[in-house]
Amino acid sequence: MTEPVGPPPKKDPQKVTRPPELPPLQRSRASLKQAAWAARGVFALQVCGVCGKASYPPRDACPGCLSDDLDFRPVDDRGTVIAQTVIRSSTDLYFRQRTPWRVGLVRLDCGLSIVAHLHGDVAVPGPVRMVAKLDKSGNAVLMALPATESDNMTDDPEYRELTASPRHRRILVTDGRGAVGQAVANALSKAGASAIFVGVAEPWKPFSGMDGLKAIPNVQTLPLDLTDTTSVTELAGEIGGKTDIIVNTADHVRPGGIFGDGSLVTSRDAFDVNVFGLQRLAQAFGPAMRGRGADGINSAAAFVDVLPVYALANLPDFGFYSASAAARHSLLQCLRAEMRAGGVRVMSVFTGPVDDDWRQHVPPPKVAPGQIAKVVVRALEEGIEESFVGDIATDIAARFLDDPKVLERELSQ
Amino acid sequence: MSEEAKSNARDVLEQLAANIRTGGVEIVDLTHTLAPDFPVMALPPEFGQCQPFRIEEVSRYDGRGPGWYWNNISMSEHAGTHFDAPAHWISGRNLPGNTVDDLPLDKLIGPAVVLDFSAESAADEDFLLTQAHLETWEEANGVIDDGTWVLFRTDWSKHLGIAKYLNLRDDGAHSPGPAPDAMEFLVKERGIVGFGVETVGTDAGQGSHLSPPYPAHYILHGHGRYGLQCLNALDRLPVRGAVIFAAPLKIRNGSGSPLRVLAMVPARGEKPT
Repeated sequence: MTEPVGPPPKKDPQKVTRPPELPPLQRSRASLKQAAWAARGVFALQVCGVCGKASYPPRDACPGCLSDDLDFRPVDDRGTVIAQTVIRSSTDLYFRQRTPWRVGLVRLDCGLSIVAHLHGDVAVPGPVRMVAKLDKSGNAVLMALPATESDNMTDDPEYRELTASPRHRRILVTDGRGAVGQAVANALSKAGASAIFVGVAEPWKPFSGMDGLKAIPNVQTLPLDLTDTTSVTELAGEIGGKTDIIVNTADHVRPGGIFGDGSLVTSRDAFDVNVFGLQRLAQAFGPAMRGRGADGINSAAAFVDVLPVYALANLPDFGFYSASAAARHSLLQCLRAEMRAGGVRVMSVFTGPVDDDWRQHVPPPKVAPGQIAKVVVRALEEGIEESFVGDIATDIAARFLDDPKVLERELSQ
Repeated sequence: MSEEAKSNARDVLEQLAANIRTGGVEIVDLTHTLAPDFPVMALPPEFGQCQPFRIEEVSRYDGRGPGWYWNNISMSEHAGTHFDAPAHWISGRNLPGNTVDDLPLDKLIGPAVVLDFSAESAADEDFLLTQAHLETWEEANGVIDDGTWVLFRTDWSKHLGIAKYLNLRDDGAHSPGPAPDAMEFLVKERGIVGFGVETVGTDAGQGSHLSPPYPAHYILHGHGRYGLQCLNALDRLPVRGAVIFAAPLKIRNGSGSPLRVLAMVPARGEKPT
């Protein structure tokens, strides 16, 4: 079993915060394809389209038959670890701060042997389950986990480097007025967050679920209006230095396309929350988080944004809302690049239509706030950069990967 | 105008200026500070919304502008302490000179009376000011003159910063305001210039349930009169004797605007608090 991670001691104000170093950054294009699969939490390897041989590390030609027909495919994640070593010293700045580091040789059931990070609970020799995860540089790495879950498995220090566990972390949830924010706060509380700051815009207006929200253990409601730069800056001044994770659940949704009455006023409101709100949040909180990416047990770990899957292609019935989502998606890509220097993950949780007042006329399947909360916690616990909540989101993502132009037509019919 | 009248006006202005300088005439600021956290009217969400005041710093003696500080601001015409022109309401839509860029200037500076119903409003958050209340008030304080601003003191401005300012509940807002007969009386019998309140709208929080709905808006603006909302410091004005200066921004075809409302009052010889 893994030694459970306890609550971190209060920070020594005289000590210099450990600067966030990164594992090696540069990767080949073939490697980045593996990272794309890992970003979605899938263990995939290159499999040769001619001879069927799986290979690793990623390369441009099949080591068996020299064919360049090498596509990544999800493969059997089982294997057996046959040897191990522990690295105790390194010249690499990142690993130097993190030794000892356990590495093993794993014979995969799909037919090849690879070198991978080794979870502390894996017995050698013994069966393992392989996962592909993103390291702090955003590159794919493979890790061998115990074949069946061990006690406190996620507390393994090597595994924690690949995730953004909410346990013992202080988390800001941006919109406590909404059902999604309330469900996320509740799920994070159960997942062991030590403090959950929940932003409430216009606190002078009552809202449904207010009492329930305030009753969640470790929840503290604070004024936060993402449309108001002053409000965001003031909150960052108050809690920015101890915010380890942000989950942005704010979302301004209204039906309507370009020709709708007053669509400019409403779309401005939507962009102000969905795009500029995200920007204000990232500008106010991002730099401090980026500086605290290696700050111990409760280092800054992740910035999660819950956004509609129509970021990928426009749904004309919610035309300007989709446009704001697309801008939001693009901004997240920028933020991901800017946060990478601190090893802070930027995670996108794409949702299908949420079951709320604004989408009463939208036919099912719809997504319940609790489902979103579950996926947010999973993304953090497993270090998944792109998640999709509900059948519609999953389906749209698949169609998007297939051909965005076809998807555009499908959504506009 | 006769030479005598001209000379007289000169004297009045000179005396006014002298009195302002020496403190004999005190200037009272009836305006709240425009700030992002100042509440605005809440409408059902399917309607277009009133945008609260927002401010973005453009530069502050830094790389964005090394020698100067300035901001971009944005807001609804009806955010903060603000002026309602007749065109704001459907009843005033066809009146001439109904927008803020086209108002007769002599109406923007004028005498004000203060109706103190703060005790009644404290006792009843839905207090409605009726014609009967006005008649009783006039018996004690004299008739309200033609061309006067009527300022309705409820001390509601003292709730700013807490939920009670808007006082929203499941059945809507709860705050004091005028009854239809009071508005009819003030507009038609007394010829007031406008009606000023401390609450977020000239109408009561539950004003949509009156007949006509929103009687202050409907009757005032239908007769070319003006509204002032979110006023502050009405408790520092005398019942009679104040002159207020309430000129909105000159926005083309504007329905209203935030503004600075100043009152000139005979000094009470005490420091403002």
